[in-house]
Amino acid sequence: MTGPEPQTGALAAEAGYARGPSLSLRQVFWRRFLRHRLAVGSLVFLVLLSLASVAAPLVEAALGVDGNLVDLFNAKQPPSAANPLGTDELGRDLLVRLLYGGQVSLVVGLAAALCAAVIGTLLGLAAGYYGGRLDALLMRFTDGVIALPVLPLLIILAALDLNKLGLPQALVGSESISIYRIVFLIALVGWTTVARLVRGATLSMKTREFVRAAEAMGAAGPRIMLVHILPNVVSPIIVATTLSIGGIILLESVLSFLGLGIQPPLPSWGNMLTSAQELIWDSPALAIYPGVLIFLTVIAFNFLGDGLQDALDPRALQGEE
Amino acid sequence: MLSYLTRRLFESLFVLAVMSLVIYWLIGLMPGDPIDIMIFSDPEMTPAEAERLRRVYGLDRPILERYLAWLGKALTGDFGYSRLYNQPTLDILMPRLGNTVVLMGLSFLLALAIALPAGVYAATRPQSPVDHAINMVAFAGISVPPFWLAILLIILFAVTLGWLPAGGMGDGRDFWADLRYLVLPVLALTIATVGSVIRFMRAAALEALRQDYVRTAQAKGLSGRQIVVGHVLRNAMIPVVTILALQMGNLFSGALITEQIFAYLGMGKTIYDSVIGNDYNVALAGLLLATLTVLLANLLADLAYAWLDPRISYQ
Repeated sequence: MTGPEPQTGALAAEAGYARGPSLSLRQVFWRRFLRHRLAVGSLVFLVLLSLASVAAPLVEAALGVDGNLVDLFNAKQPPSAANPLGTDELGRDLLVRLLYGGQVSLVVGLAAALCAAVIGTLLGLAAGYYGGRLDALLMRFTDGVIALPVLPLLIILAALDLNKLGLPQALVGSESISIYRIVFLIALVGWTTVARLVRGATLSMKTREFVRAAEAMGAAGPRIMLVHILPNVVSPIIVATTLSIGGIILLESVLSFLGLGIQPPLPSWGNMLTSAQELIWDSPALAIYPGVLIFLTVIAFNFLGDGLQDALDPRALQGEE
Repeated sequence: MLSYLTRRLFESLFVLAVMSLVIYWLIGLMPGDPIDIMIFSDPEMTPAEAERLRRVYGLDRPILERYLAWLGKALTGDFGYSRLYNQPTLDILMPRLGNTVVLMGLSFLLALAIALPAGVYAATRPQSPVDHAINMVAFAGISVPPFWLAILLIILFAVTLGWLPAGGMGDGRDFWADLRYLVLPVLALTIATVGSVIRFMRAAALEALRQDYVRTAQAKGLSGRQIVVGHVLRNAMIPVVTILALQMGNLFSGALITEQIFAYLGMGKTIYDSVIGNDYNVALAGLLLATLTVLLANLLADLAYAWLDPRISYQ
């Protein structure tokens, strides 16, 4: 998307846009992306979902309800004017809970994906650029992490007693601790894909003339990696990170469902389903809506990542007409 | 070949040793310790007695010393007793490992049996309506929350239609009756797995279809079917096998959720229950056994890789 300009002509020609004045890489990207209707639709859906989640307090105020107020006399009510989707098993407004749950799921998905991408990028750059022993060591480590059964490991990590880790009490006692914790844990195991991709791209980049020129002019390793190589490997990082968000939201929902992720009263789509197995009979809405939202959000991120991949990766062109 | 195998086995053992140390340390950081639990169940206990018990069990020792003591026993096959089941840890875990291997193995084979033809078929007709349909199915499978899907399956097949049991295990007396308990868990795990396998398979087949040997085969007049079966399939399998091997950890994670929802007595459910129930010995040994299973599956995949691709020789 922001690559060096000289490639533009070749890419545009390959993409079948050779007629007329040549397009900038950015224009080629948008043309290709907009052709991918599912990805565009997904982007629209995700933007709307984010706006709605951010607007949760407004919706709360407009309806005149309190999303956290337990009211057992008002539990499992059908939809009404005050509660457009009805109420949950503790009498809280379902719509407001879903929107706040959306905030949590989206924040966890984006934050964990971003953290994982940063870790993966740094390790991948170092492994690819320095090569040798460091590369061998880092890649062995990556292979080891990839092979691990992640969920049982996360279950143990999520069950740790944070007080025994010596973390400050203000942090351990805060309501959002379960968000920080799950972002940290998922980033801890989620960096491997980006690390491998970046390492591969760095290996091919470091033999290019502009990198060797920078070396000849005396640039230090970190500068070459971050200033010269990183901008050229951004595309695969963006694609892999987008594609990882869906999986992360799923993982968060699984952990929260099992009672080890986001802790009530903080809502997340996963922990709203914890008692779905019992609830589905007398109030199916409570068991259906959170699941549908997880499904739609995850599939939207996957379509979006797929569309970005097609738009950013010139090699993907060959599969088309 | 043999030297390669030995090296890989040693690597796996090394990973396992590191894992055991890390998990041992992590379990020490879980809430409560065995003595706390004893105090909880015996209100008469005095602090002095608790201190004495702590010494008897060696809990006042540094963690590394305790780990080495545990390792020494573990190497002789003694993983201690389960707190929840009052049985030796391995007696609990071994039959459950068998159950999990059955669940994972069946789901894996079923996913392959669906994904192989679907992926190759989609790749031979890129951008066709069928390709798009298969792609949509694959994306749906990848994106559905596995625990929610399992609940929906129970609602449909166990409750509404009443065809299959909602969960649990057979009693081992009637093979065909027991098999009914496996259907829904295997189905749930297969749906959760098959999407990514279809995507890998399609990508690999697309790549194989671009190769010169396919053009050669076309030029000498082979039929589409002959080309796909004889050339594309085998070559597409090579990258897929590697990726599938790396999926074993994921498959185990999926199995954990499936077992939990269907009350299927496998390793995943046992690990979860033991973590929640402070059953440290079982949690530790269970996680190590799960890791070992995944590492061995990786090793098997490597062997399959060499068998599929004669260009590769492990020296």
